[in-house]
Amino acid sequence: MKNLYLIAYLDLKESMRAKWFLVYSLVFGGLIALFFIAGVTESQVMGFSGLSRLLLMYIQITIVILPIFILITTVRSISGDRDNHILEYMLSFPISLKQYYWGKIIGRFVTVYMPVFFAMVIAIVYGASIGASIPWGIFFLYTGLLFSLSSAFLGIAFFISSFVKSSEVALGVAFFVWIFLLAFIDIALISLMMQQRFNEELIIMIALANPMEIFRVAAISLFDPELTVMGPVAFYILDSMSQMTFVMLSIGYPLALGLVFAYGGFSIFKKKDLV
Amino acid sequence: MIKIENLTKKFAQNISLDSVSCEFKKNDYIALMGANGAGKTTLIRSILGYYHPDEGQVLIDGRDPIKERIEVLKNISFVPQLPPPIKLSIGELMDYVVTSSGVDKELIKHYSNEMKLDINANMNKSFFKLSGGMKQKLLISISLAKKSGIIIYDEPTANLDPKARDDFYRLLKQNEEDKVLLFVTHRLEEVEELVNRQIYMDLGKVVSDERV
Repeated sequence: MKNLYLIAYLDLKESMRAKWFLVYSLVFGGLIALFFIAGVTESQVMGFSGLSRLLLMYIQITIVILPIFILITTVRSISGDRDNHILEYMLSFPISLKQYYWGKIIGRFVTVYMPVFFAMVIAIVYGASIGASIPWGIFFLYTGLLFSLSSAFLGIAFFISSFVKSSEVALGVAFFVWIFLLAFIDIALISLMMQQRFNEELIIMIALANPMEIFRVAAISLFDPELTVMGPVAFYILDSMSQMTFVMLSIGYPLALGLVFAYGGFSIFKKKDLV
Repeated sequence: MIKIENLTKKFAQNISLDSVSCEFKKNDYIALMGANGAGKTTLIRSILGYYHPDEGQVLIDGRDPIKERIEVLKNISFVPQLPPPIKLSIGELMDYVVTSSGVDKELIKHYSNEMKLDINANMNKSFFKLSGGMKQKLLISISLAKKSGIIIYDEPTANLDPKARDDFYRLLKQNEEDKVLLFVTHRLEEVEELVNRQIYMDLGKVVSDERV
């Protein structure tokens, strides 16, 4: 276990010194600062105001930028080390492949999750200091949602990193995955729905299999438990499960997906030539 | 200590190692030579357990370096031709070596001093920001401090000045007893005095294996 923690700790320290981490932290911290400066907490849209409104905006932006940030910064983790011969040297020491791989994942998870989480903590602390009421329910839900979304994309990134030989190709694949989940899959499903080729329930199920989509819907569900803004689609979701079950699913499913991808990546990593 | 039997490794259609067989025993100090693409690096990487062979096997003290990598690598020191751009500081890299391999930190410092590398003054410096020679000196110091039975050097003196090379050869002479020393080199004259066996490879085969 000491080797696992050692790898995680060293990866965390290495990442925190990297320029991408600085930019990454500034983006999420800056977003919160910008919202306060812009007076988002004072505004009221669709009945949401104060910190709830701020967190709603934060989560809407996070859904777009967090996956791509995680993908591009993590996807080169193993393929980059392989590319520049770091893996060749570091693995010449008696460290098991399991410790190396999972240690890297743990280290990288802390690195990507910490700034997103602390940005929300800063919002809560600052909000409390100016007398705003704290929406604890929303805060804890978003903490859980961001945790599971980070896990999903970290798992996908490590999966890509384990089989791609060059870090350039890894970046290309990561970008494709992001744009596919962000837009292409929706466009394709909308077109299938319009053509009425498939049952609507099937299309909605496919849409919700997308971790970004389930995150988006779960984020809305806390403000709008009936999901009225989604129109008739809400019936399909809430008829088959309660809002609480849906929220649990939206946290559990991306988490499980991330673990499956991460484990798949590990299987490839240990079966393939290492360098 | 190292037994290689009918080892074949292919990359797509290219045969990098073609049924290579050889054995390295204690007190074998080997210069492994050959043109680029002869299969030297592939052979070394197979010994380190990085490649899955297409045919044949490598055994280190009777152990498979892929299936029993931890036990095998406890007894191997390796220095690559070009020091990799590791982003860790020297202190962190030393922690990695100490924790993973049980190496005595003071011993790394001792060999660094012998190699004229002031490690204490550079402890917080990133490894990749050191000069090529300093990196190589540190990796050599780590390899010696690990006290392994098998030491593999891939062109270890490429970045060293003549004085540092002399220090390196002197330290090796002091530490070579009961070990397998494997040098990959293009310049035999540099290691001629250290080695007692010369192996030439070409097109993935061992074409000559002489004791000197």
